[in-house]
Amino acid sequence: MRVLYFAWLREKIGLGGEDVLLPPEVETVGALIAWLRGRGPGYAAAFADQKLVRCAVDQDFAGPEAAIAGAEEIAFFPPVTGG
Amino acid sequence: MKTRILVEEADFDSGAEIAWLNGPGVGGIGSFIGTVRDTGGLAALWLEHYPGMTERAVAKIVAQAAGRWPLLACTVIHRVGRLAPEQNIVFVGAASAHREAALRATAFLIDWLKTSAPFWKREEFLSGSSEWVAAREADEAAAKEWL
Repeated sequence: MRVLYFAWLREKIGLGGEDVLLPPEVETVGALIAWLRGRGPGYAAAFADQKLVRCAVDQDFAGPEAAIAGAEEIAFFPPVTGG
Repeated sequence: MKTRILVEEADFDSGAEIAWLNGPGVGGIGSFIGTVRDTGGLAALWLEHYPGMTERAVAKIVAQAAGRWPLLACTVIHRVGRLAPEQNIVFVGAASAHREAALRATAFLIDWLKTSAPFWKREEFLSGSSEWVAAREADEAAAKEWL
């Protein structure tokens, strides 16, 4: 599964994206965040305040309860500020 | 309805974009242009986006507008990369037989673009520092007004 990071999440984690192999118990966006937080201090900093983190599963906005089984691409980013 | 959706570094020609929206049956064209606002000490605004999802999210917003108003043409152009103060950021336009649909669709498009398309702004200051722009609650409230 491909995980992408944008804006300050990318800066804190130090990566634009990575391929991850998830343990089977990681079934939702929320569980994925918890799992990613354990990967290092950059991740912990990026996901420290989850109110400031948005997610897309296969390029559609998704909440923390969304299932990720079978997803190809999951992205994490701050609230959007375009326009 | 004809549509034109572009996400690109290049600038746009607002006059040419408005002309493109015109056509048979059109009686009113609404347009909005967002520009880089310099509130003091701004060197540039950086626009980052999520390639792939951006185009998909904008297409969804355009489809919603088309479902709500009888539009004949619709354009969304959003620039990315480094933009200097006073440069164009975004062009939104809608054409319809009458003004109300064109104006309301234009307002809807920009309100939703601000809250539902994956773009992020970072301000780069003349001092050398830079800062990600925080989302505004007022933008969220403006988008929700349309629900």
